[in-house]
Amino acid sequence: MAEQLFRLKTGLAEMLKGGVIMDVINAEQSRIAEEAGAVAVMALERVPADIRKEGGVARMASIQVIRAIQKTVSIPVMAKVRIGHAAEAQVLQALEVDYIDESEVLTPADEEHHIHKHAFGVPFVCGARNLGEALRRIGEGAALIRTKGEAGSGNVVEAVRHIRAIVRDIRRLATLPEEELMSESKKMGAPFELVRMVARDGRLPVPNFSAGGLATPADAALVMQLGAEAVFVGSGIFKSTDPERRAKAIVKAVTHYNDPAVLLECSEQLGEAMRGLDVASMDEKDLLQTRGW
Amino acid sequence: MAPVGILAVQGDFQAHGKALDRLGTAWRLVKKPSELNGLSGLILPGGESTTFLKFLQEEAWFEPIRRFASSRPVFGTCAGAILLAEKVENPSQDSLGLLHVTVRRNGYGRQLSSSVQTVEAEPELQIGPEAGAPLEAVLIRAPVILRAASQVRVLARLHGQAVLVREGTVLAGTFHPELTSDGRVHRYFCGMIADGN
Repeated sequence: MAEQLFRLKTGLAEMLKGGVIMDVINAEQSRIAEEAGAVAVMALERVPADIRKEGGVARMASIQVIRAIQKTVSIPVMAKVRIGHAAEAQVLQALEVDYIDESEVLTPADEEHHIHKHAFGVPFVCGARNLGEALRRIGEGAALIRTKGEAGSGNVVEAVRHIRAIVRDIRRLATLPEEELMSESKKMGAPFELVRMVARDGRLPVPNFSAGGLATPADAALVMQLGAEAVFVGSGIFKSTDPERRAKAIVKAVTHYNDPAVLLECSEQLGEAMRGLDVASMDEKDLLQTRGW
Repeated sequence: MAPVGILAVQGDFQAHGKALDRLGTAWRLVKKPSELNGLSGLILPGGESTTFLKFLQEEAWFEPIRRFASSRPVFGTCAGAILLAEKVENPSQDSLGLLHVTVRRNGYGRQLSSSVQTVEAEPELQIGPEAGAPLEAVLIRAPVILRAASQVRVLARLHGQAVLVREGTVLAGTFHPELTSDGRVHRYFCGMIADGN
């Protein structure tokens, strides 16, 4: 029974592969996202760029807004909860959202523990910066992993760092002899059985998407070329000057991520991308990716 | 046999590739209409039907797929089945109209209503090493076939309702045989190709 439930959770993620999941804060944005070809929308109270600017506590989106989004679109509706906030997740499950993102973009509710996600019927996606973190989240029941990147920065550098780290660690594990896996499990702080599984299969046991700072069609194509199986775009769309066009262009770029002629077409006449931040010069305390462990 | 094409706009196209690998059937991914040339059959995988639809409309795929289906087998699962249908509800949307059925999107509800079920399969699906075993259907935000024209053959049912159907060269399932290791549905599709229809 538990195994079947997990198959259904990862099964929905399989259906999202090769697609773009877009952050939306109201029904109108969700309509634009669906019209542009998004495979799902992610409901949240404010996009990461605004959370960063305005500060304060960022919580799950208002129920009214999520309901309005559910009424507006026929694609899956995801919503974010604070790290460790099981009660917010229970509320979203009762609302029958299709996926829950236990997200570092919101203000963490628990600085030590993430949600026990196996206890839910709704699937969860979680962020990770490296393979150990990805496997800890999967151990807790996440059915989909995304890179954390640096949300709201409009800068792809962290998403690239994280997808490279995850893919590199997977490749490395696959070359190790069985007797070295326990020590790897200890070093990574990851469940031994999952480490063995990755070493045996040469891939994560759940789909592996990318998120955090993607702002252009070329950014999306880059993380796909590096091994991501789909992308989340947050502030990048609705903080640009022409969201409809940019959303469509990013969708097309993800399908044709290996076709430079199509990428050129996608990259033309897009209006201005969001401004973006230099992550390297940011204070540690301003980083969202260090939330969770 | 020429390879089978798998539409790779988005969705679980790789899972279909693995299912064909297990049967030793050659395949390749298709992202442009011109790539339909030289294929023996075409699979429209699971994914999001609205995303597929925008893509197929914008890149002028409707006529090439219809022409393809007039002489070679096409198989759609879940979103693929929605695209093949004559009529789509919840919401109403455009479709290829190659299969005379009416489907209702998200017919069972949202993700919490997704399930794995055992379905009743017709004798012609009882082929290969799994013959006779129960046929498992993975239903993920699955559509429901509300009505089917008389020329549509029902190959599998769940609680009396059609979940796998065939009309001439077109095969469609509301579930995902590509997400199980049971090769019967893909084997049946390869049989349609081998029979030359």
